[in-house]
Amino acid sequence: MNTISSNKKIKTKSNKQTVLSKAISYILLSLVGFTMLIPLLFMLSTSLKDPSSVLEFPPRWIPNPIRWDNYPAAWHAVPIWTYYMNSIFVAVCVTLGQVFTSALSAYAFARLQFPGRDKLFFGYLATMMIPGSVTMIPVFILCKMLGLVDTYWALILPGMFSAMGTFLLRQFFMSLPRELEDAAKIDGCTLFGIFWRVVLPLSKPALATLATFTFMGSWGSFLWPLVIINDEALKTLPIGLAGFLGMHSSDWTLLMAGTVLALVPVIVVFVFNQRFFVEGLQMGAVKG
Amino acid sequence: MKKFFEKVASNETVAGYVFLLPNFIGFLAFTLIPVFASLGLSFVDWDLFSPPKFVGFANFVNLLGFHRDAGALIANDPNFWNYLYNTVYMMLGIPFCIAGSLILALAINQKLKGIVFFRTVLFLPTVCSGVALLILWKWVYNPDYGMLNAVLTKLFSVMHLAIRPPEWLLDPRWAKPALIIMGIWGAVGGTSMILYLAALQGVPRELYEAAEIDGANNWRKFWAVTVPFISPTTFFVTITSIIGGFQGGFMAAYIMTNGGPAGSTTTLDFYIYQNAYTWFKMGYAASISWFLFLVIFIVTLINWRFGGKLVHY
Repeated sequence: MNTISSNKKIKTKSNKQTVLSKAISYILLSLVGFTMLIPLLFMLSTSLKDPSSVLEFPPRWIPNPIRWDNYPAAWHAVPIWTYYMNSIFVAVCVTLGQVFTSALSAYAFARLQFPGRDKLFFGYLATMMIPGSVTMIPVFILCKMLGLVDTYWALILPGMFSAMGTFLLRQFFMSLPRELEDAAKIDGCTLFGIFWRVVLPLSKPALATLATFTFMGSWGSFLWPLVIINDEALKTLPIGLAGFLGMHSSDWTLLMAGTVLALVPVIVVFVFNQRFFVEGLQMGAVKG
Repeated sequence: MKKFFEKVASNETVAGYVFLLPNFIGFLAFTLIPVFASLGLSFVDWDLFSPPKFVGFANFVNLLGFHRDAGALIANDPNFWNYLYNTVYMMLGIPFCIAGSLILALAINQKLKGIVFFRTVLFLPTVCSGVALLILWKWVYNPDYGMLNAVLTKLFSVMHLAIRPPEWLLDPRWAKPALIIMGIWGAVGGTSMILYLAALQGVPRELYEAAEIDGANNWRKFWAVTVPFISPTTFFVTITSIIGGFQGGFMAAYIMTNGGPAGSTTTLDFYIYQNAYTWFKMGYAASISWFLFLVIFIVTLINWRFGGKLVHY
């Protein structure tokens, strides 16, 4: 009898606490969510303003008049389409290259025996701690000496190889049950066949996660394209935007229209795929 | 011939090297060799036009050393120490960011309605991150017409306070805090929050129920059950934030302040850029980057030793 009533007591006490914590959570999330959105709304608001009304204080949130033609103006002020195309091209190449070469090397480290395997892997691990600025300077000099400045090769090649991708995929491959691979071996499959037909299809989530992060990394890459590309026709989106800022540094309505153009596709892609992003991260967290 | 090929294709050693080859060539060309090349660079003076000149440890001495001038001890490169200070200062936002991410993750973990909406909105700044956001924040921080000072001015007048909001990016005392605030905004709902969310969802229910039976309230439950259980995530997030913090600050400095005002937003990352790609002092830049690497290495080692003791598995 006593246990039943004390259970009831715990239930009601924790119910009250749960309701309270849920209420606090809603309030907190709404406040923080609002804080996340407000600068973006400010960006939108400024992008539709007439340049003269930018100099008003306090600023009006809803512009009057609404200047939709800021957008075509921004589109023509800098070759945003070119920047987009370049960013996409480079990111796709880098992602394909990275995922492919990392998967191959990760499989080698995870499942194949060869002399020096563990020492080599340790070397990979060790370099993961080295800051990018250390390796960037010699690679820059190398590209300069090989005449690769202002080429797509220079944008793509250095980004295509990463110890991190190898490390992540190796972790994943090692967690796969060996039976399937052993069965394939008994059936006479070559090692590459096992890799291609058994392991890779099983690794779709890990590959997709690596691809997503590699793509995002390449898309946001700033310092390297900045130093290696001067030709407008090859500039990626971040570099193009930086140049845009430099050329129109106080034309805020134009600049905001430009940033909206740069961000909207990214936001749209994210919102429609956000489960993919977030769950990929969570999966990476659990496995890692 | 086919048998030979089959034999080769099934030979693990050969396959191992062949599989490794594409990635390894890239690794060699863009990571391993450059690491040693960079070390070598730090011992020369080179501006890419005249031939390189071997100078031994001179770069490091110029960077880290001191000399006497009329009896006073003066740094060989006073800017360096200022920029090192800036770099460390910028990392002040890290604890706030981690705590904020945890709090948000706890809130999201409450199984509320519309949770996906909140998670998406909170992750937006991370997804948008980059030059576009920096340009936006430069405008937000505009002292005369920007959003922040507009809101603050209204707030101060409502509260009858006769103070003016700061000039943010134009004031050497406020530029770094401005960048820190922006950094927290950009990261608090991002990767760390998602990692914490995953960790929180892995805490076994039984532990909470056991604590409840012992009469623990939510506060006690948090400190006794939740915090220890997610300590591996805290450890990981702390280490990666510190490593990232030492290496960062270039984009914000380049886009928003050009390292100013008065060098107050120049981090070591930006200083390396200036030396290598603006002034073409390749040797000196390499030496700064190696110093940075050393600092990161030592700090990570210390973190590992001491932090490792605090982590429960």
